[in-house]
Amino acid sequence: MAASDPKVTLELALAHGLTAEEYDRIIRILGREPTYTELGLFSALWSEHCAYKHSKVFLRLLPTKAPHVLQGPGENAGIVDLGDGWALVLKMESHNHPSFIEPFQGAATGVGGILRDIFTMGARPIATLDSLRFGDPEDPKTRYLIGGVVSGISWYGNCFGVPNVGGEVAFAPEYQGNPLVNVMCVGLVRRDRIFRARAEGVGNPVFYVGAKTGRDGIHGATMASAVFEEGAEERRPTVQVGDPFTEKLLLEACLEAMAGGAVVGIQDMGAAGLACCSSEMPSRAGTGMEVELSRVPRRETGMTPYEIMLSESQERMLLVVAQGREEEVRTIFAKWELDAVEIGRVTGDGLLRVRMDGQLVAEVAVRALTEEAPVYEKPTARPGWLAALHAFDPLSLPEPADYEAALLRLLAAPTIASKQWVYRQYDQQVGINTLVLPGSDAGVLRIKGTSKAIAVTTDSNARHVFLDPYQGAALAVAEAARNLACSGARPLAVTDCLNFGSPERPEILWQFAEAIRGISEACRALEIPVVSGNVSFYNETEGEAILPTPVIGMAGLLEDAGWRTTQWFKSAGDRIALIGPDAVSLGGSEYLAILDRRLAGRPAPLDLRVERDVQAACRAAIEAGLVSSAHDAAEGGLAVALAEASVSGPEAVGAEVELPSLGRHDLTLFGEGPSRIVVSVPPRAQRHFESLMGECQVPWRFIGTVGDERLTLKVGGSVLVSLSLDQIAHAWRTGFDRYVG
Amino acid sequence: MRFGVVIFPGTWSDCDFHYVIGEVLHQPVKYVWHRDTDLGDLDCLILPGGFSYGDYLRAGAIAGRSPVVEALPDFVARGGYVLGSCNGFQILCEAGMLPGALMRNECLQYRCQSTHLFVENAETPFTRGLRPGQVLKMPISHGEGKYYADPETLRTLKARNRIVFRYCTEAGDVTKDANPNGSLENIAGIVNEGGTVLGLMPHPERAAETAMGGTDGLLLFHSLVGSLVEDGSVLKR
Repeated sequence: MAASDPKVTLELALAHGLTAEEYDRIIRILGREPTYTELGLFSALWSEHCAYKHSKVFLRLLPTKAPHVLQGPGENAGIVDLGDGWALVLKMESHNHPSFIEPFQGAATGVGGILRDIFTMGARPIATLDSLRFGDPEDPKTRYLIGGVVSGISWYGNCFGVPNVGGEVAFAPEYQGNPLVNVMCVGLVRRDRIFRARAEGVGNPVFYVGAKTGRDGIHGATMASAVFEEGAEERRPTVQVGDPFTEKLLLEACLEAMAGGAVVGIQDMGAAGLACCSSEMPSRAGTGMEVELSRVPRRETGMTPYEIMLSESQERMLLVVAQGREEEVRTIFAKWELDAVEIGRVTGDGLLRVRMDGQLVAEVAVRALTEEAPVYEKPTARPGWLAALHAFDPLSLPEPADYEAALLRLLAAPTIASKQWVYRQYDQQVGINTLVLPGSDAGVLRIKGTSKAIAVTTDSNARHVFLDPYQGAALAVAEAARNLACSGARPLAVTDCLNFGSPERPEILWQFAEAIRGISEACRALEIPVVSGNVSFYNETEGEAILPTPVIGMAGLLEDAGWRTTQWFKSAGDRIALIGPDAVSLGGSEYLAILDRRLAGRPAPLDLRVERDVQAACRAAIEAGLVSSAHDAAEGGLAVALAEASVSGPEAVGAEVELPSLGRHDLTLFGEGPSRIVVSVPPRAQRHFESLMGECQVPWRFIGTVGDERLTLKVGGSVLVSLSLDQIAHAWRTGFDRYVG
Repeated sequence: MRFGVVIFPGTWSDCDFHYVIGEVLHQPVKYVWHRDTDLGDLDCLILPGGFSYGDYLRAGAIAGRSPVVEALPDFVARGGYVLGSCNGFQILCEAGMLPGALMRNECLQYRCQSTHLFVENAETPFTRGLRPGQVLKMPISHGEGKYYADPETLRTLKARNRIVFRYCTEAGDVTKDANPNGSLENIAGIVNEGGTVLGLMPHPERAAETAMGGTDGLLLFHSLVGSLVEDGSVLKR
């Protein structure tokens, strides 16, 4: 035990975020009081962030298996087979708390962490996406947060050299004190070259590689497992500092060492740093590990064992190397000017043994820190607030006096408006694979040397989740899959990032449980396995929880890259068709949020069978070469989808549309409902398209024609909207910028 | 024609150039490590985009003093061609191989977008296959691409016809709106006195296939390969 270590007491354990019961359990496991270093290990490994102790019982519901799944949850990232010897690695993670405290570094290190999760599996990262949520766009603090987060993501990803190909930015007052920064990454690996985070082979040396260890980020995992109180900014020292240049070197060095075959197992030192790696890696392999901390490269003097084990300094990896091949690893890392130091060995006794200058400072069974971490099944309760919200009928509000003004307001709403301000700060093309750049329903990337491409997207409509967590979460899965279908892709796998408030509140845990049920149900119906993910609880500030936000990241495959389809209209004369049912609602809609500043009502029901058929029909039409564009009608309803299809492409093209009346005009224009896709069909393909839709047995109809310098929307023969493309483009292109410019 | 693509720590357009030269143009190409100084078997050296040494200190500053860059004057004196794109252009300026400097974009943000380039000089080995006034479409991706040179240097560049590309509109008008980074007089690319060292901020390797949105970047390589064929072989070894 280090001489300067404080005495471990119950009070100290409580201050570490452990409960009294958990502290008792630690004493029972050890048969004695823990050392200070051991207390640190338990508090980090048993934190919600590492142990999923409140979520585990629910997460078991998720479907995770399918013939093409090569790696499901439990590793650094999930992996699916793409054929042709290739596999796709995917993972999404949150960096919400750090990004609120220090937006630039918080978001940047979020990117860094997810990149390492991908390349630790042996894959080269080929794309990132980011799903962001902020509070009131009018608030200067929001502008500061957006600026910081976007430039942090931009800085890290651009310097590292990975394209950012999509994502979302949405606003709601509930995120004011707790913005969300979720980053997804996908990478490519040969399916026979996959690496895992397992400490196999007793006697194999353990190498520390990458950046040096400092005091940054100590207890980041614990911080991420607590709600915010006033003065959260004082926690800035718990935010790590990123160095994308070192990360790039680490990528190249790791991939080179892996290619040579010297690496047995590898894990990123992310949350809970060395503590996490040195216990999780042996735990997965049924082995133990011993480490000597005096050998760990440090950039600060006087660091204690506790600090070294818990530091979350970035750009570091722990490698288990094949015995006898140590020199090979040292040479490769020296070439990339990185530290690679042997700090320990894999042992056979199932213990994590930590020494400092030869003196034992911690000795714990690895399973006690990992598999045997507490698992809770806390009470859930349906929130009392839902009944009143559901009772609200949006049609009790008056119809807007001016539909053109209403549409322009929606298009200029920052959640809907063009996010070019964001993505033009991100490199979108490095790697020369990006076939569809940000700004369409999904990003599409080719796989060089094959005819294939992958499509990637993220999705979540938190307002719908708030009003109905089960259906809202199912809808997020459906929408993500629909985005892929619109791009021409067949969904392969989900990675999720589940952002919620405190699970210790029954209402929040109910939201979580319902959302998991919704995701599971939708994934089963659409046959998409969940292969990786992340739970982010405690997204609350001063008792106010965020909207429940399960973000769905999804990747899909296009067997033929030539199938890729974008959302915007292409040629005058193309017929416009709406595939999907008429069931829509203004409950929880963007329309209600923007025009009435209200979050209430009931969203339209989701029929997963119809959803599946509509997506299949859209894909079939794309694969048969029958459509020029396909766009999912989501936030803002059909009117917004049509306006986006008119102005989001390289050249604006108008349209004249007769909408099927669904009752009141606001419902017809702006009502939101699942399973709806707007496609444009060239005249030559019209017949074929008609018969294909018949075969697919989905509701569909032609609703108009592409062309003209205006967007004209009619209902029952009367013109409700006739706007010039310039007016539409102006509203949509400047709506976001006016808050951030 | 034998190409070499330099890798500095932090380079990321190396694979893209390698792919385009090898797989699209079918020319011999190899990687050159930043510590290598033996460039004897190469005709053209590419300094690709990226963040060499993290662009810490200044973009390209550290790479501009690396062994491979220090070997460039000899390579050029022997008739070798050098193409620096993005970070490569920044490195060439930092190394004094090209005049001027690349400063932080005027908008103070990174910019990744499509740009149009007005071909000012169609007599360099890189632009020989183009027409003066031709408009090329090529993307940019940088945070520090605002070209600056003092008035004397600018006069020289103009007098010697060393400004090769300027940012322009799709129609070919060199306007302020078409300038993505605040570059002096919309300058996007320049050559050395001999015309054999080209630096440009845009990415020709990202505009080399129809699937990537255009092939105008290939025209630079076609010119280059054509130049070599015309001359017999360039390197007077």
